[in-house]
Amino acid sequence: MDVKNINKLFKQDLSAVNLGLESFADNLKNEGVSAIQVQWKPPAGGNKEIADLLEKLDVIREKVDVAGANKKAAEIINNGKPTVVDISTAGKAIPGMRKKLFLHAGPPVTWDRMSGPTRGAVIGGLVYEGLAKTFEEAEKLAASGEIDFEPCHDHSTVGPMAGIVTFSMPVWVLENKAYGNKSYATLNEGLGKVLRYGAYSEEVLEKLRWMESDLAPILKKALDLYGELDMKNILAQVLQMGDEGHNRNRAGTSIFIREMAPYLVVLDEPKEKIQKVLQFLNANDHFFLNLSMPSAKCIIDAAADIEGSSICTTMARNGTDFGIRMSCTGSQWFVAPAPMVDGLYLPGYTEDDAAPDIGDSTITETIGIGGFAMAAAPAIVKFVGGTPKDAISITTKMYEITETENKIFQIPALDFRGTPTGIDILKIVETGILPAVNTGIAHKKPGIGMVGAGLVKPPEKCFNDAFKAFVEKYS
Amino acid sequence: MKQVLIEKDAYYDSVFLMLINREVKKIEGVNDAVVSMGTEMNITLLKDTGLADKELDGVTPNDLIIAIDGENEEVVASAMKAAKELMDKKSGGDEGEGYKPSSLEGAIKTVPDANLAIISLPGEFASREVRKSLNNGLHVMLFSDNISVESEIELKNLAKEKGLLMMGPDCGTAIINGKPLCFANVVRPGDIGVVGASGTGLQEITCAIEKFGGGITQGIGTGGRDLKNVQIGGTMMLMGIEALKNDDSTNVIVVVSKPPADVVAEKVIDALSKTGKPSVIHFIGLDPREQKGNLYFAGNLEEAAGMAVALSKGETYVERTYTIDRAEVDAIIERETKGMSGSQKYIRGLYTGGTLADEALIMFDREIGNIYSNNQSKKDFIPADPNKSIEHTIVDLGDDVYTVGRPHPMIDPSTREDRIKIEVEDNEMAVMLLDIVLGYGSHEDPAGAILDSLKAAKEKFAKDGGYLSIITSITGTEGDFQSIDATKSKLESIGCIVMPSNFQASTLALEIMRKVEK
Repeated sequence: MDVKNINKLFKQDLSAVNLGLESFADNLKNEGVSAIQVQWKPPAGGNKEIADLLEKLDVIREKVDVAGANKKAAEIINNGKPTVVDISTAGKAIPGMRKKLFLHAGPPVTWDRMSGPTRGAVIGGLVYEGLAKTFEEAEKLAASGEIDFEPCHDHSTVGPMAGIVTFSMPVWVLENKAYGNKSYATLNEGLGKVLRYGAYSEEVLEKLRWMESDLAPILKKALDLYGELDMKNILAQVLQMGDEGHNRNRAGTSIFIREMAPYLVVLDEPKEKIQKVLQFLNANDHFFLNLSMPSAKCIIDAAADIEGSSICTTMARNGTDFGIRMSCTGSQWFVAPAPMVDGLYLPGYTEDDAAPDIGDSTITETIGIGGFAMAAAPAIVKFVGGTPKDAISITTKMYEITETENKIFQIPALDFRGTPTGIDILKIVETGILPAVNTGIAHKKPGIGMVGAGLVKPPEKCFNDAFKAFVEKYS
Repeated sequence: MKQVLIEKDAYYDSVFLMLINREVKKIEGVNDAVVSMGTEMNITLLKDTGLADKELDGVTPNDLIIAIDGENEEVVASAMKAAKELMDKKSGGDEGEGYKPSSLEGAIKTVPDANLAIISLPGEFASREVRKSLNNGLHVMLFSDNISVESEIELKNLAKEKGLLMMGPDCGTAIINGKPLCFANVVRPGDIGVVGASGTGLQEITCAIEKFGGGITQGIGTGGRDLKNVQIGGTMMLMGIEALKNDDSTNVIVVVSKPPADVVAEKVIDALSKTGKPSVIHFIGLDPREQKGNLYFAGNLEEAAGMAVALSKGETYVERTYTIDRAEVDAIIERETKGMSGSQKYIRGLYTGGTLADEALIMFDREIGNIYSNNQSKKDFIPADPNKSIEHTIVDLGDDVYTVGRPHPMIDPSTREDRIKIEVEDNEMAVMLLDIVLGYGSHEDPAGAILDSLKAAKEKFAKDGGYLSIITSITGTEGDFQSIDATKSKLESIGCIVMPSNFQASTLALEIMRKVEK
C-alpha cells in the first residue's frame, strides 16, 4: 500500500479548501491554517437535467481527451497573430459577398424578428447601396424576401451593434499570421446618429459615403506606406493603458492615430481632407473597437472545429437573440432571447429606452479581453457597479471558466497576470459562473444611438444547450 | 420648477456622473434631472428636453451642468444638495468585494499549494467534489453524510489508488498536523497517532491523552462505515495505520471503532501487529482481548488513552475505574442518592455525542439491561416515539431522527434543552447523564446554554420532595476556546457532578442506579 502522499502531508503546512460550512474555514484560520472558502453553488444552478449530464461528462472525459482538445484550442488562441493587411470593400474582400446579401450581428435572424436598431440599419443600408430610393421602399424591399440576411460570423466578419455590412462598405482586412485565416470589419462610424445603432437619416448616409470616398482611401494609402499593423502588440499595449478593448478604446484609438499620423501627413491629398480624417479619428474613442473586434475574430476562428473541444468560439447578439458557438460543434448556434443590459444611462435616457443586448463585440471576451480584462480598465469600473476591486474580482472570477492565461495580454493590477483566456463552456455549466460581458446599450428605436453602457448577463440557456450537445455528441 | 447649476472647470468622469444622475432621479418629487459635462451633445439634449436653455450659453465641455426639474422649490433644492454631496463623496477605494472562488478548481488556482479539501456540502453533491479533489491531488475530509456505500467504495478506492486520505463520509473529527478539523479539540502535540472510525470517540480519546500528560501526532478519521462494511473493508483505517507506521514522529498507535465486521477487525489487528509500534485497540462494545505482542486492547475510550500514554512514557498501565479516590466516589454516591424519592428509579442519558452515547448505552445494557435508545441494536428497545423516554433510556440526540430541520445538538443546544424540559415532567427519573463536548465546531458555551433548564430540573424535583442527580463529563482540553474550567464551574455551581471522563460518569451513574434499585 502506497501512502507516501499521506506522509508527505504530515510534513507540510496544512492549506485547506473549504466547501460547505464556512465556520470550518474560520476555525482553521483561527488556528493559523490557510483556508480558502469556496462560494459553492449547486452545479448548473440546481438544474437537475444538467446536473445528471455532468455525471455523464465525467465518463466522457475518460474516453475523449477533452482536456487535450481544450489545451490545443487555448494554444491556438495564444499563438494567434492578428495583423491588419489592407483596407478594401466588403464586396471585394469578403468571400461570398454580393449586392443583395446583408450581413448582420449575432446569430441568424429573419426580417420579421429583427430588432429596431437592426431594421433601421438594414433600411439605411439599402438606400446607401442604391437598392432602394426611399426609406419606405427600403422597408418593403427588406420584407420582400429579395434580400438575404446572414450573420457576419458566417463570413469571417464581425460588426458592432446592428453590425450591418453591405457590398460597398469599406472594410478592414486582417490576417492571422500564425494560421493564415482572415477576418473583416467595417470602419467605425463614430458616435451620435450612426447606422450601427439603426439610424438611417440622410446625415447618416452622407457620413457613410464620406467614409467610402475619403476616409477609407486615405487611411488605405497611409496603411500602405506604414505596412502591416501588428494588432496583437497594440492590444497588449492598450491593456496596460487602461483599455479593455471592448467598452474602453481610448488608448487603442490614440495609438492608432500615433502610428498612422506620420504617414497621413505625407500623403498627396488636400490638407483639409487629411485634417478631417484626423479630426474624425480624434472625436471617436471607439474607432479602435472595429480593429479590436476583427482581431479577436481572427484569433478565435483558428480555434474552431477542434474535435472534443468545449471552448466557446463565438458570443454574439442581434438585439433579438443571444447566440454562442462551440469549437467541437463548428458553425452550430446555441441561442436564447437576448437579455437586457444592466447598466448606467446617458443623461436623458432610462431602461425604458433600451434595446435588448446587441452586437458582435462580445467576440472580444472570447479571446480574453473586454469584460474578462475589466481589471485593466479602472476608468470604467463604475459600469460594473463600483470600485476597482470589483473589476479585479470580475476578472479573477473569469479564471474559473477559462482554459488558460494569456501569454501576451497582461493586467498590471494583477501583477501582470495574463488575462483569463479560452472560455470553457463545460466550466461555465459546472461552476454556474457566466462570462462577464460589458457592452454598450442601444436605443430600442432605430436611429437614436447609444443610450448607456453596462454589464450583460449572457443567457444560461445558450451554455446549457451547448453543453447538452457536447454530451450528446460524445456519449 | 426647474433649476440649473453650472460649475466652471470642474471635470468629472462621465460614468461617475451617470451614477449620480441615477441617484438624483430616484429622489421623490424629481421629474427629471441631468448631471453631465457641457459637451455639445449634452447641451443639445438639455435644450431638446427643455430642462435648460439660456443658462447653457458659453458652457464648455469642461463645465459641469446640474439641471433638475422637480415638483416644487423644496424638492429641487434638496435634490441639488444631494447631487453635490454625492459628487463630493470620496470614492470608497478599497471597499469593493474581494474575490471568492466559486468552484474547487477556482480555489486551487488561487491557492496552488492547497493540500486538503474539507467538504460539508449536501450529500447528493458531495461525491463529485470529493472525486475532483482527489483527482487534483487533495486529501479529503468528507463531513457530509447521505453518501451511498457504493460511492464510498468508489471514492475510497480512488483515494487508495492516489495514496490520499479520504476521511469520511460522515467524518466529524480529525486532527491533522496538530490542527483541529471540523469538530475537534486543541490537543498538545506528542507521539501518539490515532485512527478513529468514530467522531466523538476520537475527541474523547485525544482529550484524555492530553489529560494524562501525553500528546498526539495525528488524529485520522475514517467515517463510521469504514470497518463495519465488509466491502469498504477498513480501507481508510488500513491506510491510516500504514501512514502512522511510516511516520517517524509517531511512537504509539491508537485505533478506535464502533464494532467492526469480523474479517475487517482481523485485517486491522494484523496491520497493527505489522507496524511493530505499540498499538492500542478499542472496539466499542467488544470485550478487550489479552495483550499480544505489540497489541494492547482497551475496554473503554478513556482506557485506550490511558494505555497509549503509558506506552508513550514507557510506563505500565494500571487498570482502574476511577481516577479519583474511591472514598470520594462513595461520598458522591451517598450524597446523590439520599434525597431521592421512592418513585425515582430510571436513568436518562441525554447525549449529543454518538459514540459517547454508545459507550454509556452498552455499559448499561450489559450491567442492567433493557435500556431504550434510538441507538439500540435490539429493535424492541428502540422507542416508538423518539421524543419520549421509556424506563431506562439513553438517547443520541445527534441522530437523524432528532436533527431533521435543525442543527446538530453540539452546534445548537436547544434540541437537548427541549428534551430536558420533557424529562423533568417524569418523576420516575433518578439520574440524568450528560456529555458536554467542547472544541471547534461545538457551541460557544454548551454547558451555559442548558444551565437554566438543568437548574429548573433540580428545583422541580426538590419541590416535589425528591432529588435529581445530574452526572456529566466534559470532553475538552485547556486549549479549547470554550474554557474547560469555566464550563466545569458552571455545572458544579448548580450541583451537577462533573466526572473526568464519559466512562467514569457512566460508571458512577451505574453505581447510583444500582443503589437506587436496592
